[in-house]
Amino acid sequence: MKLGFSAADELFRQECAEWLNAQMSDEFRDIKGITKLTASPERRKEWEQHLGAHKWSCIGWPEKWGGRGATLAQQVIFAEEYARAGVPGRVNHIGIELAGPTILAFGTDEQKRRFLPDIAAGKTIFCQGFSEPNAGSDLASVRTKGRLEGFGGNQEWVVNGQKIWTSLAHISDWILLIARTEEGSKGPKGLTFLMMPIDQEGIEIRGITQINGDAEFNETFLTDARCPADSLIGAIGEGWKIAMGLLAFERGVSTLGQQMGFRNELDEIIDAAKENGAANDPQIRQRIARAEIGLRLMRYGALRMLSQTDHSKIDGAALTYKIQWASWRRNLGELAMEVLGQAGEVTNKAEYEWDTLPNLFLYSRADTIYGGTNQIQRNLIAERGLGLPREPRGDK
Amino acid sequence: MEFAFTDEQRMIQETARAFFTENATSKRTRLAMAGDGIDRALWTAFCQDLGLSGIGIAENAGGAGLGLVEMAIIAEMAGAQVAALPMLGSLVLSAQAIAAGGNSAQKRDLLPSILSGARIAGYVHDAELRTDGELLTGGCGFVAHGGSASLFVVTCNDGAWIIRADAPGVTVTPLTTMDQTRPYARVLLSGARGEPLAEASAAITAAHRAGFVALAAEALGGAQSCLDRTVAYSLQRVQFGRQIGSFQAYKHRLADMMIEIEQARSAVYWAACAVDEGSDEAALAVHAAKSFAADTFFRCAGDMIQLHGGIGFTWEHDAHLFFKRARAIQTALGNGAWHRAQIATMVLGATV
Ligand SMILES: Cc1cc2nc3c(=O)[nH]c(=O)nc-3n(C[C@H](O)[C@H](O)[C@H](O)COP(=O)(O)OP(=O)(O)OC[C@H]3O[C@@H](n4cnc5c(N)ncnc54)[C@H](O)[C@@H]3O)c2cc1C
Repeated sequence: MKLGFSAADELFRQECAEWLNAQMSDEFRDIKGITKLTASPERRKEWEQHLGAHKWSCIGWPEKWGGRGATLAQQVIFAEEYARAGVPGRVNHIGIELAGPTILAFGTDEQKRRFLPDIAAGKTIFCQGFSEPNAGSDLASVRTKGRLEGFGGNQEWVVNGQKIWTSLAHISDWILLIARTEEGSKGPKGLTFLMMPIDQEGIEIRGITQINGDAEFNETFLTDARCPADSLIGAIGEGWKIAMGLLAFERGVSTLGQQMGFRNELDEIIDAAKENGAANDPQIRQRIARAEIGLRLMRYGALRMLSQTDHSKIDGAALTYKIQWASWRRNLGELAMEVLGQAGEVTNKAEYEWDTLPNLFLYSRADTIYGGTNQIQRNLIAERGLGLPREPRGDK
Repeated sequence: MEFAFTDEQRMIQETARAFFTENATSKRTRLAMAGDGIDRALWTAFCQDLGLSGIGIAENAGGAGLGLVEMAIIAEMAGAQVAALPMLGSLVLSAQAIAAGGNSAQKRDLLPSILSGARIAGYVHDAELRTDGELLTGGCGFVAHGGSASLFVVTCNDGAWIIRADAPGVTVTPLTTMDQTRPYARVLLSGARGEPLAEASAAITAAHRAGFVALAAEALGGAQSCLDRTVAYSLQRVQFGRQIGSFQAYKHRLADMMIEIEQARSAVYWAACAVDEGSDEAALAVHAAKSFAADTFFRCAGDMIQLHGGIGFTWEHDAHLFFKRARAIQTALGNGAWHRAQIATMVLGATV
C-alpha cells in the first residue's frame, strides 16, 4: 500500500502544469478562474479546440481517436492540474465524459470514426437529454417516442416528446436521447439510445432560470425531430443498458478532477475567514477542520477506487463516492456563507450575479440532485452494497 | 496508484480476521469483562502463537518489522470483535515509545517481554507533570488496563520515563469502567523515580501517532461489525409482514453507516501510510483519522442499538460492547474537538 504516484507520473504532472499555466497566462488569460458553467461560451469553445489541437482534450482515449492513450493515473493527474491551474470547467464535459466513452464502449467503427476525432478536437459539443417532466429519478419511465420512417437507404428516426433539465443544450451541437421506440412498452424495455443534431426545425430549446439566476439547463421540445437511421448506439430496444453504462461513467472516473476545484473553493473560504476574523471563531475552526478532513478523505477514497484491480467486486468506495462529494460540497456552501456572514448575501454587481462563494452556496444545492439524488444514492448503496431488499414500485 | 493492500497485507488481514473471529468470542470477552478486562489465553495466543504482536516495531528493536499499515490491519480486526486485550497501552503506546525513544539497554531489557505478552505496560500521559530531577509527581486518571500493568511509560509534553508499577511513590487504583473490555486505572505519582527515555520527543511522537492510528483502526473494525450485524438482523426480522431491512428509513440509515465507514477506511489507511512513508501529510492525517473514525464508530454503534429495537438494549446482546468501546475511543487520546482544533491550527494558523 502506497500513497503517492510514481516518479514518472510526477514528471507527467509537471508537464501538465507547465502547459496549462502557460496557456492561462497567455492566450487564454481572459477565461482563467471562471467557475460558472454558462460564462463566456464562445471563448470556452475555442479553448476546447485549443486543447484538442494540442492533444490535451481526451488524453485517456486511444491515439487514433485523438487521445494519448494515457493511463488512469495520468488522467487523474491531468484533471488535478487542470483545476489547480484555474482553468474553467469543460463546456463539452458531456461529450468527453459521456458521449465519447459510450461510443468507445458500444459504438460501431463508423460511429467512432465519425464522432470521436471531432469530440477530441472540440468541434462537436454534446448535451444529455435523458430527464423528462415525468421521468426523473425514475428515469426508465421516459415517454418521448421514436419511430423509424422511410425505407431502404432513406430511413430516419423521428422523435416526439419533451426533455427537461438539459444542461448547456443551448450551446450544444448534438443531444444524446433515450426514447421509447417500442409502442406500448414500459419501464426499461423498449428504449433506444439516439444521437441527434440539435440545429434543426424539430428541436426547440428554452432556457430555465435557476436559483442562482443563471440558466445552465433547458427545456428541450422535440416535434418530429429527425436523425439518420444509424444514429442509434447499441441495438433498438437496448437503450437502457447503454444509458446505464453511461451513468456509470458519470459516477466514476469523471468526478475525480473536481477535487482540485473543491480545494480551490475551500482555500477561498480559508482566506476569507482569515481576512474577516471568522478564523478566530472556535466553531468555524471546527467546521473548517471537518471540511479539510472530508476533502482529504475524498482524495484517498478516490485513490482507493482507482487502485482497485478487481473490478468484478462492487467497491464500497466507488459506490459511496457520489453522495459523499455531493453532501460535502453542499456543506461547504453553507460553511462559506457562515464565514462570509451577511456580506455573502449581497452582491456588488448590478445583475443578480454572484461571486464564487455565494454562488457555491446556491449551486451546490443541485449537486445532491443531479446524477442520482442523495436518496437514490442511498437506495443504491443499500441494495447493491448491502444486499437489502429492493424498493417496491407503485405501478406494478 | 497502489493505495490498496499488497498480497502480504491481505494475508495478515485474513490471518488476524480468522484469529479474532474464532477466539475473541462474545462468551470469552464477557468472562474477561468480569475480571480485569483481559482474556489471558487470547493474549498469550496472540503474542506468542500468532506472532503478530511485534508488528510495527523494528526488527533490530526486537519487533517483527513492517509498519503502521500492518498494525492498523490487526487493530481493525481486533476492534471488529471488541477483543479484551491490552494492545493499546502495552503494544502500541508503550512499546512504540520505548522502541522510538529508548536506549539500546532499555529496548533490550523491556521490549522482548512486552512483545511476548509476559509483561503488560501502561501508558501515562500528564501534560502537567512536575519533575524534580528524576522524581516525578502527577499522574493520569484514565490509564487503559493500568490495573494490570507491571510497568508504565510516563510522558509529559517534553519528557518520557519508565516507572515500575511497584516502585515507591506509585499508586495504582483500578476503576470500575463503562467499557469493561478496556478498564481504566488511576495512576498517581508522588515523587516516584523515573528512568528517562533518551529521546523523549521521538518517543512521544511515535507513541501518539501509533496510538491515534490504532484507535482509529479499531474504530473502523468496530463500525464495520455494527453495520454487518445490523444488516444480518434486518434481513431476518419481520414486522408488518416485511423484512425490516426493506423499510426505506431503515435502509437509508444503514446506507449512511456505510458512507461514513468507507471514509473512515480511507482515513485509517491514509494516516497509517503517511506515517510509514514519512509523508508531510502524516501530522494532519493522524488527527483526521482518529477524530473521523471515532465519530463513525459511535454513530454506527448507536444506530446498531436503535435498529435492533429492544433486543439491542439488553446486556445479553453485544451491541452495548460496541457502543461502550466507541464512546471510549472518542475520548481516548484527545476528543474529536481537540483533534480538529489541531487540524484547524495547521490550516488556519493559531487564533489571534
Ligand atoms: C443543475 C442540474 C443539471 C441537470 N442536468 C441534466 C442534464 O444535463 N440532462 C438530464 O437528462 N438531466 C439533468 N438533470 C436532471 C436530474 O438528473 C434530475 O433532476 C434528477 O435525476 C432528479 O429527478 P427529478 O428532478 O425529476 O426529481 P424526482 O425524481 O421527482 O425527485 C423528487 C424528490 O423525490 C425523491 N425521490 C424520488 N424517488 C425516490 C425514491 N425511490 N426513494 C426516495 N426518494 C425518492 C428525490 O430524491 C427527490 O428528493 C439536471 C438536474 C440539475 C439540478
